[in-house]
Amino acid sequence: MGAAQQGHTDWVKIHPLMVRITHWINALAILVMVASGWRIYNASPIFPFRFPNELTLGGWLAGALQWHFAAMWLLALNGLAYLAYGILSGHFRRKLLPISLREVIRDVLEALRGRLSHEDLSMYNAAQRAAYLAIILCGIALVFSGLAIWKPVQLQEIAALMGGYEGARVVHFIAMSLLVFIVLVHVAMVILVPRSLPTMITGRARRIS
Amino acid sequence: MKKRSMATSLADQSPKLVRSIERRLFLRQGLSLGALALLSGCDLTDDEGVQKVLTGISRWNDGVQGWLFSSTKLAPEFPESAITKPFPFNAFYGEDEITLVDGNSYKLEIEGLVREKRPWTLPELYALPQTSQVTRHICVEGWSAIGKWSGVRFSVFLERIGADTTAKYVGFTCADDYYTSVDMATALHPQTLLTFRYADEILPPKYGFPMKLRIPTKLGFKNPKHIVAMFVTNEYPGGYWEDQGYNWFSGS
Repeated sequence: MGAAQQGHTDWVKIHPLMVRITHWINALAILVMVASGWRIYNASPIFPFRFPNELTLGGWLAGALQWHFAAMWLLALNGLAYLAYGILSGHFRRKLLPISLREVIRDVLEALRGRLSHEDLSMYNAAQRAAYLAIILCGIALVFSGLAIWKPVQLQEIAALMGGYEGARVVHFIAMSLLVFIVLVHVAMVILVPRSLPTMITGRARRIS
Repeated sequence: MKKRSMATSLADQSPKLVRSIERRLFLRQGLSLGALALLSGCDLTDDEGVQKVLTGISRWNDGVQGWLFSSTKLAPEFPESAITKPFPFNAFYGEDEITLVDGNSYKLEIEGLVREKRPWTLPELYALPQTSQVTRHICVEGWSAIGKWSGVRFSVFLERIGADTTAKYVGFTCADDYYTSVDMATALHPQTLLTFRYADEILPPKYGFPMKLRIPTKLGFKNPKHIVAMFVTNEYPGGYWEDQGYNWFSGS
């Protein structure tokens, strides 16, 4: 092979194993939580619409509740493992920080014009940093509002922060909507930059230097 | 995404392009798989193995909720101005099928691990010390409504009948063929009331005449109406909705 002539091609490790494992467990947990959550929402909508039943999980309210309160353990334990790793290993500090509003706006505008560079997969641009931080914050908001809805008496202090039981339902819904929006953008970006997908599985990407 | 220059010849790009197409196909198949899993959600839940796991986790969640439950933690109480009007009717049947119980011949039967098993008439129950609460009723469907209920503390009643409060469960059977059961810790909670009045009036049939067990620390379907018999037991009694897959503890 004429690798020498073509320029040196090598594989660089970008995503640590822990990030890849928690990412895919989280993807599964989110899928189950959202699909079953939509079915639960349909039993008593807080806004004047319902989700199509074909997109939901559980078949009926009791089934959806079983899925939701099973997958919540997966979501919470996996989320805790991810947060602990991200903080203790310095992963968050290295990959998600620093973040500035000006850069986020610039990169989002660039992305909309289709000009954002994904040349180096090991570095997150400001739009990515904002999106991944927002996902983490949405997840935290979903867990806390979910706890408030599940236990509005035993955990009433959490519910009180959101204006009580009914307020917690609204917070839960808004956080879900934001999360689903970010996930849709995330998946759209993966379709536009397909080489980022195997990288999230193998952890490696080709670097041409 | 970085735009590729149109001038780049296809020949240069082809190996990359093939890889790119392969990845796209892989991605699309992955997405279809996810969509398929979602679409067949009902069947997935009906699968025996899956259902076994889900039921097992629901039982585990009963345990977690029992552990989270505090005998001294009170459900928030509200001023009477916060009461939801009209308070919604809810049952496993329609409002035109409400069970009518004759108060004159009514007797509450007591069974199981209790000292005094004699039945109670309504005048005897009304003579017990009465207390009121304005609390939020939360339905498993998600909606909630605030109401005012009055009656006797269930712990006082359990004491009067000499119930074995070390037993695990209290079960209820109702005139409308409904049945449910609660854990002893919740039965003894200070806000668990055997109620005979709603909004200071004798319970109308649609709210469960002659009595409803009001438990503000549990979801609505754990608050049985039209109770005709109760029993104290160590055998898991289940319930109308619980036996169909709803979580048994269903604490708030």
